[in-house]
Amino acid sequence: MAKKSITININGTPRSGEVEDRLLLVHFIRDDCALTGTHIGCDSTHCGACTVLLDGTAVKSCTVLAVQADGREVSTIEGMEGAALHPLQEGFFEEHGLQCGFCTPGMIMSAKHLLDNNPKPNEEEIRCGISGNLCRCTGYQNIVKSVQYASNKIQESESVGGE
Amino acid sequence: MGNLIGKAVKRVEDNRFIKGEGKYTDDFNMKNQTFAMYVRSPHAHAKINNIDISSAEAMDGVVKVFTGKDIAEAGIVGSICGWQVDFKNGDTMKEPGHPILVADKVRHVGDPVALVIAEDKYIARDASELIEVDYDILDAVVDPKAAVHDGAPQVHDDVPNNKIYEWEIGDKESTDTAFENAHHVTSLSFHNQKLVPNAIEPRAALGHYDSNEDKYTLYTTSQNPHLARLIIAAFVLSIPEHKLRVISPDVGGGFGSKIFAYNDECGILWASKQIGRPIKWTADRSEAFITDCHGRDHVTDAKLALDADGKITGLRTKTYAAMGAYLSNFSTCVPSYLHGTLMQGLYTTPAVHVDVTAVVTHTVPVDAYRGAGRPEATYSIERLIETAAKEIGMDPAEFRKKNFIPAFDGVSQPGYQTQVALQYDSGDYEGALNKALEVSDYEGLKSQREEARSKGRLMGIGFSTYIEACGIAPSAVVGSLGARVGLYDAASIRVHPTGKVTIHSGAHSHGQGHETTFAQVVADAFGIGMDDVNVVHGDTENVPFGMGTYGSRSLAVCGSAIMKSVDKVKEKGARIAAHKLECSPDDLEFANGAWTVKGTDKSVGFGDVALTAYVPHDYPEGEEPGLDFASFYDPANFVYPFGTHICVVEIDKETGEVEILKYVAVDDCGNIINPMIVEGQVHGGIAQGVGQALYEGAVYDDSGQLLNGTMLDYTMPRADNFPMFETDHTVTPCPHNPLGVKGIGEAGTIASTPAVVNAVIDALSDYGVKDLQMPLTPQRVWKAMNNNGKL
Repeated sequence: MAKKSITININGTPRSGEVEDRLLLVHFIRDDCALTGTHIGCDSTHCGACTVLLDGTAVKSCTVLAVQADGREVSTIEGMEGAALHPLQEGFFEEHGLQCGFCTPGMIMSAKHLLDNNPKPNEEEIRCGISGNLCRCTGYQNIVKSVQYASNKIQESESVGGE
Repeated sequence: MGNLIGKAVKRVEDNRFIKGEGKYTDDFNMKNQTFAMYVRSPHAHAKINNIDISSAEAMDGVVKVFTGKDIAEAGIVGSICGWQVDFKNGDTMKEPGHPILVADKVRHVGDPVALVIAEDKYIARDASELIEVDYDILDAVVDPKAAVHDGAPQVHDDVPNNKIYEWEIGDKESTDTAFENAHHVTSLSFHNQKLVPNAIEPRAALGHYDSNEDKYTLYTTSQNPHLARLIIAAFVLSIPEHKLRVISPDVGGGFGSKIFAYNDECGILWASKQIGRPIKWTADRSEAFITDCHGRDHVTDAKLALDADGKITGLRTKTYAAMGAYLSNFSTCVPSYLHGTLMQGLYTTPAVHVDVTAVVTHTVPVDAYRGAGRPEATYSIERLIETAAKEIGMDPAEFRKKNFIPAFDGVSQPGYQTQVALQYDSGDYEGALNKALEVSDYEGLKSQREEARSKGRLMGIGFSTYIEACGIAPSAVVGSLGARVGLYDAASIRVHPTGKVTIHSGAHSHGQGHETTFAQVVADAFGIGMDDVNVVHGDTENVPFGMGTYGSRSLAVCGSAIMKSVDKVKEKGARIAAHKLECSPDDLEFANGAWTVKGTDKSVGFGDVALTAYVPHDYPEGEEPGLDFASFYDPANFVYPFGTHICVVEIDKETGEVEILKYVAVDDCGNIINPMIVEGQVHGGIAQGVGQALYEGAVYDDSGQLLNGTMLDYTMPRADNFPMFETDHTVTPCPHNPLGVKGIGEAGTIASTPAVVNAVIDALSDYGVKDLQMPLTPQRVWKAMNNNGKL
């Protein structure tokens, strides 16, 4: 099968490869780039374990072709930690927002998209915002609290930074 | 340091997961690795006339294709059943064979017929599509009750009428008498529907045979790596046990479905030796739907007998329990010993009889799924209880109080012997109910319901007062009941020369937080910091032979093994400390990380003793160096958590949609080590049980097709389905294990399903609806409202 050259900027690092048209973005991320924090939990775009940001928008990378991401920016869980944990990562730790951890990266990326677009979501908005991501362990309650934690933390740091 | 018991310590394992650095089976790769794809039957029941693999074999990048003929020629049997439950007339349980690849006849959609191994996973999939199988399609049977009828399609030639066993427990005669003399009888019939576990990580295996070492390695998604090794090595592939290493790394949820040693994983390991290269196989979700063992699938008639005062005088159930097409490892004990024995619930019911017929059907095999038998029992009991209360016009809470077993602590008062073999350890059932009534403001809720109804809104309140049996044991007893394994667990504690500690645990953690809870227990016992302890699990080369994680057993059983090792460390440590302090070990007490001579300030610290044990220059005569102990713990009894859940719902009259307005859970799991983790287990359990009540259920058509075999079609609970759950506890310690703990992993799932259904039926009371079959979809509820209660 013919291959195409692509370059995707993943977490700020250009990643190039020769790929078949049909290669899924999630397989490029996991297999070609060895970024295994992005997980695969279904094959029908329903579980959200593979959620990444594509040019800042949450997408399920099992339903995006790698060639579609050519020349674009992808953010994965591995890019979330800067000098310190991202407030969402901290929130999941503080609020016991994970158990087995398998849905967590996708859940954090969806929550990132939510908070980027709605910095102060109420409970209903958070539940709606993560409703495309399945978690079988937590009953979602502490995930909601984790996102609330992150939202508050981001607000606090912005208000401190603004003074 | 110290005083860590009961503290909501944050989880030490979280760091890797929140960074995306957890290592799950599919994240591992080996040099020269190949990729596998199973070719599976699209038919539920069909004779295989021919399999043509020639095009697949000829494809570039295909390494090898195996079929059932290869497996049969290799003389490999498939995975086994680990619990023998015989017919009540004494006949032996039927045990049909379960080949790794089927050569002659497929028996469920998903039955594997070929295994393709290729250089990459895309090629493996391409090649699998080139395999042509010529099938003669046969009639199938999917309904467990219909399967036993004469003339029903037969799943296996050697299982007449598809019956695996007919089993009973309790006293039939006294139960019959109770019903003959009953003032009132409540009757219900259920299909406790077939559920798909759907752990978010699909099953996976990475198998490798090293010819230099003559040794196999299997990375796999297992809740119990030692059990997997035992079954694969000793029963399926006939590998010397010491020549197989099973590693179960981070596992993305199990819920029972990853207890079992599946044929798929065995096939990968076997094939890796045949081709001389490592093979990776990772199920996709559609494959998981038709291969992961399902749960439940009980068809039950249940009856409750009452006297004129509203006292329960008898309970009787008859269940047809589907095993699916083959017997999975523990399938047979689920509807019998994990279901029938729970059927007294927490009531004084003096006569109980449970009759179970286990049958094979042309569906995906059924085995333990979160709760395993106990949710089915609890559903039958709690639906009967609530319905009976309504029928005789009593408040459901009062009716329960009237029939509860009185409180007993299992120490000054003996355990409670039920009519169905179990002896409950300790309980205060009314205490938990009272607390739930208080937390939920039941009186206030009743007023709200009245007000809502006066305005034409459909609000309902449902109860579930449950008991469950966890940490199934002791081994000798379960062995006498047909178990082919022991049910102990094991843990070692290695104190390092600097006083740091490693726990090697036989239990496997895949969400339960053992790396935190176990460390907490040990850090507390030794008076050292959480950072001074780490937990190793999931590798048969590194941990003692433990039975793994299922049945809410980890802390009650493995935690007890840990405590036995703690005691051994303390005992030896005291002898070393006594030598250093020139006194007798009897003169010492251990507290705050040091041994102190009673009544003095002379003491020696835990770290000093550890160092002395490994640098034994000045040392007790005859004492071995080192401070490293392994222990096995075989419990004296099950543990019996219990509690009360109250659910409040409102139904949308226009759409039939059920909304949960409030959910209160009061659970008693004995002593609590980490309340944050316990609460998290309750939340997840509730969501899973609500999933059964409202959303989930495998739907088969008459030909045996699974109609909702993807997450597109099978409704999984989502974040916007729930309110914030309100959780609370009572504490009735377990009298027979060192930590006084019970278990909490399954409680939420066991309790919540009937609580939700009871609430919905209560909300529909104006429509004369007595019962509805799960899941209570908007369509079912709407039809019930719009067709005089009939579907």
